Amino acid sequence: MSTTTEPKRTRASSYTAAASNYIDERTTISAVVKEFGRKIFPDHWSFMLGEVALYSFVVILVTGTFLTFFYDPSMAETHYEGSYVPLKGVEMSVAMASTLDISFDIRGGLLVRQIHHWAALLFIAAMGLHMLRVFFTGTFRKPRELNWVIGFVLFILGMGEGFTGYSLPDDLLSGNGLRIIEGLVMGIPVIGTWISFLLFGGEFPGTAIVGRLYTLHILLLPAVLVALLALHLVFVVVHKHTQFAGPGRTNENVLGVPILPTFAAKAGGFFFIVFGVIVVMATFFAINPIWVYGPYDPSPVSAGTQPDWYIGFADGALRLIPPGLEIEFLNRTWSFNILIPMVALGAIIVLPMIYPFIEHWITRDNREHHIADRPRNAPTRTGIGAAGVTFYGVLWAAASSDLIATHFDLAMEHVIHFLQAAAILGPVVAYLITKRVCLALMKKDREIALHGIESGRIVKLPGGEFIEVHEQLDDYDRWKLVSYNDYAPLMIRPNSRGKITAATRVRAGLSRWFFEDRIAPVTRREVELSHGEHHAAAAIEGEHQSAIGADSNRH
Amino acid sequence: MADDHGARDVVSAGHSARSVAVPVSASTETQASPGLGVVAPDRFENPGIPPHQPRVTDLDPKKEKRAERTVYILFYLSLAGSVFAIGAYFGFPIEENNIASTRMNNLMLGLGMSLALLAIGVAAVHWGKALMPEEEMIDQRHPVTGSPATRARAVEIFDQANKESGFGRRSLLRNSLIGALVAFPLPAIVLFRDLYPGNQEDPVSALSRTMWKEGVRLTRDPSGTPIRASEVTLGSAFHVIPEGLEESEHYLEEKAKAAVLLMRLRPDELNEIEERKTWSYDGIVAYSKICTHVGCPVALYEQITHHLLCPCHQSQFDVTNHCEVIFGPAARPLPQLPIAVDDEGYLIAQSDFTEPVGPSFWERASVNDN
Ligand code: HEM
Ligand code: FES
Repeated sequence: MSTTTEPKRTRASSYTAAASNYIDERTTISAVVKEFGRKIFPDHWSFMLGEVALYSFVVILVTGTFLTFFYDPSMAETHYEGSYVPLKGVEMSVAMASTLDISFDIRGGLLVRQIHHWAALLFIAAMGLHMLRVFFTGTFRKPRELNWVIGFVLFILGMGEGFTGYSLPDDLLSGNGLRIIEGLVMGIPVIGTWISFLLFGGEFPGTAIVGRLYTLHILLLPAVLVALLALHLVFVVVHKHTQFAGPGRTNENVLGVPILPTFAAKAGGFFFIVFGVIVVMATFFAINPIWVYGPYDPSPVSAGTQPDWYIGFADGALRLIPPGLEIEFLNRTWSFNILIPMVALGAIIVLPMIYPFIEHWITRDNREHHIADRPRNAPTRTGIGAAGVTFYGVLWAAASSDLIATHFDLAMEHVIHFLQAAAILGPVVAYLITKRVCLALMKKDREIALHGIESGRIVKLPGGEFIEVHEQLDDYDRWKLVSYNDYAPLMIRPNSRGKITAATRVRAGLSRWFFEDRIAPVTRREVELSHGEHHAAAAIEGEHQSAIGADSNRH
Repeated sequence: MADDHGARDVVSAGHSARSVAVPVSASTETQASPGLGVVAPDRFENPGIPPHQPRVTDLDPKKEKRAERTVYILFYLSLAGSVFAIGAYFGFPIEENNIASTRMNNLMLGLGMSLALLAIGVAAVHWGKALMPEEEMIDQRHPVTGSPATRARAVEIFDQANKESGFGRRSLLRNSLIGALVAFPLPAIVLFRDLYPGNQEDPVSALSRTMWKEGVRLTRDPSGTPIRASEVTLGSAFHVIPEGLEESEHYLEEKAKAAVLLMRLRPDELNEIEERKTWSYDGIVAYSKICTHVGCPVALYEQITHHLLCPCHQSQFDVTNHCEVIFGPAARPLPQLPIAVDDEGYLIAQSDFTEPVGPSFWERASVNDN
């Protein structure tokens, strides 16, 4: 900073001071800056997933607003007269024609459309990964359970936004997607037929659906999304961000950089990077080229077309149902081939949403938790997560069953049968393997905490034998390995009235499932002992007997 | 809640390293029940924050200068990107009927905007990482729950409001209020009934008929030219719509129900149900093209196996066996359209389908009875 710039700076800062003063006298903004300006944010790459979701949503809002100025949500028939020669004169809806105009006749229109679509795909992907991060690190625990639920609702709304947006261009693929939705809705017992007629304003496709989806897409769903997103962020501020275990990091503090200036610079810069990456994708990679598909017509369909990625699991669930699951009973049609996948999809959505409450019911751990678990230190939870991811993954793969079959030259039947088996067995196998891997990693951590790291240095003892020197960890590194939460299964005891309730039994059973295989954190005494004995003994203690102090704390 | 601890609690952590008192078992942990959580008495103590390691830019003023230069060059680059994007908007216009110009416009605009955005982003992050303090600071947490005094005051306020209004005491008032509140949104919900206007055809009846009726010619999709039986050679398949569909007021809705696939097999390959023997004509059969699963067009015909395949969820139907489902999630055979030949040799429908086409719906079973 050279002296020549000095006077300018003062003038600038006196102007800033005057402006701040003006605003503060009317808004108390200084209190806000004081409260939040130096709030601390911890740093970890996985904490950026939520940011990616937030920033891509901002990009979606900006580009979507631009699109509304040109897009016309009308299903009236028209003859296309725009620049795309192969479709000239073809009959299509005004919605489709206006989307083609955005793509071919409005400068930058194609770019904005593609930014909007790529940002949508990234938005939902980032939300999904963000949720996985929260799940696997257990940061949905008290006091964040409600924010987990809000986050989950945001994810569902995001998929809803995606599906409604995908349907707006009224091209062959989106029309086909709507047809499938209509077929599904009609399969709902009692009210299905009516819901479908109300939704479409009559028979499929009708002339109402695109306009109705448009209202949902640009008004209702975004309003709810923005409101919940704001609430989500308010909770993040109220709870303060979680942090991973590390020296100096406790359940009562947050270590990190302050909002002003460092976090603001990094996060603000990251927004532009996310935006920039989306624009790069929109510049170089076409997405949803509706001119290739053509306008909607109930008769033709091209094989091998795919829905947007986040709808895949639902499409896959429909494909895995075996034939014949429909009955006529009481003079009504019961479509179990539709109800079963709907229930499965409902479970995929509801079970994770209520998972924090299930885990809390088992542990009854009423402490606040601000330290993120390492996934390995909660083996059962991590296993459950892996099972869920596997189930979702199998359904998702099933949505591409035809591509898998043609690509690998397999019979369609074999692919489906394999995936049907995988949907049931895969989660179980994933659970077992993941849990074992977690326990093995915990054992290794325990070993390292007790005996240090193999240094690779071999020395000869006076007695003539060779041993490898273990380098002990310093206090900081050891802390990362020994500072996790430990739980012991519930011992069944009669309650105050001398009874053992069914709920207690269930809870005890579940807690055994969760915590029977446990590896307690290394304690000081253990390390002292192990150093005393040197390398003589102290093989790692097995899961069951190692639980020091485990009996002292049962309810 | 936290009115003024925000700023005060922030302690610079690095230099004071271990001397910072780090409360290990503090308030929240001891107050709340750990449930099944085990707290070992001789567990390790938190060792505190390790000493801070300065960065190269903290130590070497030359490196600091260089970082500064990188940042402002990037900001200028971003500026150039924005200017370039505006230039590209005008410099690479979209010419009528020229797709290449659209592509070029997209590419150049996109490149300019990408540069503008990425350069700002990278510059700001670099500024933050290399030049702003990165030493970690500490913020104290406070239990999320309100302090006992605040909570007591909240309870007191509710109590007082209850007393003053008589909400708990005057139960008739309270219950009638709840009743009124429950009822008032109901008209708003009822208003949505006419999303499908009440003066229109009953859904079940609409779903149970198509445009096909006695004497309607089978025509090619989409040209609408009628099909002679003699044109349907062995092994061929036609995508069919009813004659007059083009003039129909509800073109897409009618087509979504009336689309038909026409195929000719050797008569001995067809295993026909007794009462439907008259529905085919010399090995020519017509089946609804709308999948009985959730309604996609069953558009793929395998000539050798005589299987129809739905591309949406891979349901397969066996044409030789009255389009029975042989694989996939669909549950019902495709409905068959009874056909015949008129005096001029054109294929015509004998009647409408005898059952509703397309996806199942709740009342479908009752339709078959009528
Ligand atoms: C999370 C929120 C959103 C998601 C996931 C999303 C997703 C989508 C998708 C996938 C499309 C289809 C684009 C294509 O044709 O390839 C679309 C179209 C559209 N979206 Fe959004 N959108 C969101 C929010 C918004 C908002 C807030 C607005 C307006 C303020 C908006 C305005 C539009 C318009 C006008 C179209 C039709 C134009 C077109 O298809 O190109 N969207 N949206
Ligand atoms: S719509 Fe034909 S298989 Fe699903």
